[in-house]
Amino acid sequence: MPRPEVLDWLRNKFFPHMWCPGCGHGIIMHAILRALVASGKTKEETVIASGIGCSSRMPGYIDACTMHTTHGRSLGFATGIKLARPELTIVDVMGDGDCTAIGGNHFIHACRRNIGITAVVMNNNIYGMTGGQASPTTPLGAKATTAPFGVIDPPFDVCKLAQGAGATYVARATIAQPLLCEQYIKNGIANKGFSVVEIISSCHTQFGRRNNRRTPLDNLNYLKGASVPLVKAEGMAPEELEGKIVTGEFVKREGTEYTDLYLELIARVGGDRV
Amino acid sequence: MPRVEFWQGNVSLAYGALAAGCRFFGGYPITPSSEIAETMAEKLPTLNGRFIQMEDEIAGIAATIGGSVAGYKAMTATSGPGFSLKQENMGLAYMAEIPIVIVDVMRGGPSTGLPTSIAQQDVMQARWGSHGDHGTIAYAPSSVQECYEIAIKAFNMAERFRQPVLIMSDEVLGHMREKVVVPEEGSLPIVNRKRPTCDPGEFIPYKPDQADNLPPMASFGDGYRWHITGLTHNEWGFPTNCAEEIAKKCARLMDKVSAYRDDIVEYETESVDDAKIIVVAYGSVARTALSAVRQARKNGLKVGYFRPITLWPFPDREIETLAEKAGTVLVPELNFGQMVLEVERAIHGKAGVVQMSLVNGELFQPSEILKKIEEVAR
Repeated sequence: MPRPEVLDWLRNKFFPHMWCPGCGHGIIMHAILRALVASGKTKEETVIASGIGCSSRMPGYIDACTMHTTHGRSLGFATGIKLARPELTIVDVMGDGDCTAIGGNHFIHACRRNIGITAVVMNNNIYGMTGGQASPTTPLGAKATTAPFGVIDPPFDVCKLAQGAGATYVARATIAQPLLCEQYIKNGIANKGFSVVEIISSCHTQFGRRNNRRTPLDNLNYLKGASVPLVKAEGMAPEELEGKIVTGEFVKREGTEYTDLYLELIARVGGDRV
Repeated sequence: MPRVEFWQGNVSLAYGALAAGCRFFGGYPITPSSEIAETMAEKLPTLNGRFIQMEDEIAGIAATIGGSVAGYKAMTATSGPGFSLKQENMGLAYMAEIPIVIVDVMRGGPSTGLPTSIAQQDVMQARWGSHGDHGTIAYAPSSVQECYEIAIKAFNMAERFRQPVLIMSDEVLGHMREKVVVPEEGSLPIVNRKRPTCDPGEFIPYKPDQADNLPPMASFGDGYRWHITGLTHNEWGFPTNCAEEIAKKCARLMDKVSAYRDDIVEYETESVDDAKIIVVAYGSVARTALSAVRQARKNGLKVGYFRPITLWPFPDREIETLAEKAGTVLVPELNFGQMVLEVERAIHGKAGVVQMSLVNGELFQPSEILKKIEEVAR
């Protein structure tokens, strides 16, 4: 049962939520709320932005400043808000379709700018809301309604993408590790620049039933079995890592945050005296 | 003393926006609108404002909407293909009732078309672009002076009605240099959005005030917590499938323009009182049309001039009255016939409508319009 200070962040008027019973996204929402409470954030100074999809319904359930936008574009809106008011804490929740397909360009550019936003990528390897179509993170060979004979498109690695594009904090956990999720999101929020926390979620309704993981428990057990901590993975051969989910903190580095640079620019041209 | 400047249309428009209180610009380079972004990039930081060049047109308008949500008067500018790309997020701004100003410096299309040549082919896209119904406010300036003044009006309307407002400029106007008499600060009215006065705990974000049927808007970061969504929503901003709530919301998006139509509609006329022919033109074409009308008058023809300043809402009743009296309306446009359809709709067959269409990247010559006036007069 969530603690009262965590429950206080829920927008009860919005319930019941639209996620299927057993969906992994609730575990992630709980982790985000615990991380925000643990970070000492207030609801008035916290913005939760999202795009479109099951994951993107989350802001509605959170009693903060919340913005449910267009598919894949949430980082554009979040960037505008952060640039306007750098003092706000911004968490952008997105699904794998949002982040790596339609919003892929926005994602890499937010990484490049290193703007102070925490992107929580809720990766369930499928388009759940629209009925189980393949996403850019659906594993090779997996079945989807638009890949009835198995996916042939190679998947993206969200963390490698974020690292390559310049994010200053990049981590991955699974919903089978709720405390680790909370810890990584908290670390992401504490990072001044752009943070990416990929959380491997599950969709038994749309992914599981076509791929031998029909129940929520099947999915949790799969995630537990497939997860390998980064420290262990570093000592493993590539073929041993095939099909595994490496969890851990991949990037944790200093980097100048975008709105800090912009405020410096304003000061340099005298705008701070206006 | 008002200051006199010699500005390009795009630059004038940018300065007008700054005078209106615009302090946020999100955009992406595109010809022939880029000078607007360039002017904002130079000026906004010196005014403690925010400029950001985003990764594409879509993100440009997204950031602009974000800036407005955070409390800034915000603008983006684009042209042709960029205007097409912005349509989806324009829809979000209509639905979520976020005030922004969008400038479309019209160039020839379809597709990449004519990046450096004038056209007026986006008139219907301005009205009907983005899927779904909404009221539209769109201005068409026709001088560099007016670029400045209309930028201020556009912001005033956006802030008052909580919706996107469009400025449909064109390539010739955007790149032309003219004298601008810069109005003294404080001499033009500036409208700021209505803010909630209630306790944050009592705030219902989409509940319109009884007096004007418009909801006040809180900014993120001002102590009010609320939900924004592109889904059709109720007064709480929560998604709804309730037919009554849907009908109420969708009707209000139309009503804010239709109910205040007379406050918004603007037009200009010359020599219409005894006119037998009225030339209806807007934007850069209106300049050519006015020149032709004046020459025709000199030649003894009873010709009048009507310029819609707001393309949307369209000054339909005003045109209808004049057209009925005159008997003939001539509509020169740089497209294959867009606003002429609206003119036909407005006058209900009470006058003859003659279309003049030019789609070759150039403006009409005054002599061409004059020749047409003479033909029609015979």
